[in-house]
Amino acid sequence: MDFSNESRVLHRCSAQVLDIGNLLLLSLWHLVHSIISICNFTLDIANVLESYLISSGLLGRYKSLHIAKLRYLAIVIESEEAYQTSKIIELLQWLEAVGVKHVCLYDKEGILKKSKDFILENLDGAIWFQVLSYWQPSIYAMQDAHENNVLLDQQHMTLEFVSFSDGKEAVAKAANVLFMKYSKSGVTDQNQKEKIFTESQMSEALKTVGSGGPEPDLLLVYGPARCHLGFPAWRIKYTEIVHMGPLKSMNYGSLIKAIYKFTMVRQNYGK
Amino acid sequence: MERIRERVIQIYGNLVSLLQKCIFCILSVGPIPNHIAFIMDGNRRFTKKCKLMEGAGHKIGFSALMSMLKYCYEFGVRYVTVYAFSIENFKRSPEEVQSLMDLMLEKIEEILKEQSIVNRYGVRVIFSGNLKLLSEPVRLAAERAMLATAKNSKAVLSICVAYTSTNEIMHAVQESCEEKWDEITLLNSSGAGYGLISLGGYEQDEMDHLIKLTDIEKHMYMAAAPDPDIIIRTSGETRLSNFLLWQSANCYLYSPSVLWPEIGFRQFLWAILNFQQIHFYLDKQRKQS
Repeated sequence: MDFSNESRVLHRCSAQVLDIGNLLLLSLWHLVHSIISICNFTLDIANVLESYLISSGLLGRYKSLHIAKLRYLAIVIESEEAYQTSKIIELLQWLEAVGVKHVCLYDKEGILKKSKDFILENLDGAIWFQVLSYWQPSIYAMQDAHENNVLLDQQHMTLEFVSFSDGKEAVAKAANVLFMKYSKSGVTDQNQKEKIFTESQMSEALKTVGSGGPEPDLLLVYGPARCHLGFPAWRIKYTEIVHMGPLKSMNYGSLIKAIYKFTMVRQNYGK
Repeated sequence: MERIRERVIQIYGNLVSLLQKCIFCILSVGPIPNHIAFIMDGNRRFTKKCKLMEGAGHKIGFSALMSMLKYCYEFGVRYVTVYAFSIENFKRSPEEVQSLMDLMLEKIEEILKEQSIVNRYGVRVIFSGNLKLLSEPVRLAAERAMLATAKNSKAVLSICVAYTSTNEIMHAVQESCEEKWDEITLLNSSGAGYGLISLGGYEQDEMDHLIKLTDIEKHMYMAAAPDPDIIIRTSGETRLSNFLLWQSANCYLYSPSVLWPEIGFRQFLWAILNFQQIHFYLDKQRKQS
């Protein structure tokens, strides 16, 4: 009897020690994360101060941007913040002031697509850049010409609206386009098969289903984390991805800094 | 004197190891990433910076990789993926490509040895990419490594060679098309096809949905691993360079400014801490997809 009592007491003691141990670990974990939060907060304050200096024009090197290097800019906005249309319009007005002509707006759930008309109305002179989906080959030439004309237009700002369905689902639709080609001619002929399943054919197929916009040079993420949230994979091969913080705390200085840093980047493209 | 020095180094090593274990113990209270991917950028820049012989940067980079793998597996990360060689890298000078292939061959043999990290942590090695583009000795060594480690089940190491995301997507689409065609042919030959071979029997609407997203995803080179939780690209570059574009929709992208051969415990720790801070948000995004 004594023996079983003893073992019960031992068991209870070890359980309590384990509980204390776990509590200690939990406290340490919270402590470590509090320190990290404080570090990040301090960094944020430093960034805000720097942004004010940049906005006021005191930092000389940000005064002249080689904006021509930025041919196509994409902005990823967290879906909950995408409802803040006035903030988005303000951001686009800043971009227009800097000289950015072609912008692609992305949010996962397509909320920006729904606010498209409101945004276009409130942005002077902006035009909607739409990649039309088409099935007749004769329209290929027209669409390409249209796209080139719109992108060469330096007078007006063009806005493209993209959502999650233009990513993976569009690739599935494009796969069906290629499957039709394959079933009509490529099955028995190895040469034909090699001609159908190429990356350029895939790009054409994506254009066919209406998801073939240009590849952005720079992608700015407005949200809690540096994450592209499903921006169409085919278009971000060599895109510089920069985290700007939440939309509610956006500022002009950090926008300039991000664009400036982009213009300073040199890519090897694998070579 | 020499013995005392060795002893001191040994004690220091043990203390560092103990400290790392304690830190892992504390961190494992929070979410542990299931899959971490690495873009090993900066080997050539390191060689230039330290004025070393050509190829030395890559060799030191390999030891850095071994350390990072050790941290990952000790912490409990089940899947690790590394971007070893891109299809675009074939455009480099033939001498450089050859020396990288030789290094790869040498290291594949090394990791299959008894005391290597692969056997210590029960790691299954998978080579993801268009392996047909590799030279025969490298391809055979890769296939041997995959076979030798096929039974390991504690962790997975995906080495991306001759890989680009767009090539992966293209390949998956091609495989899906061929599979769908075979399916239709089979149905047709068993009499249940109703002339499907000419696809005349399908409505336009149905033809748009013959190949589904799930068909494409199961043919990806990276289908054996879940989507990554963190992608770490060294040398401060902020692009993905055609790596895991399809799988990184809800993935935390971290770009420390150190060059790959210089990466260490500090960067690993920082990546995990930041991941744990935003895990709730990324998990929510993942569930909404």
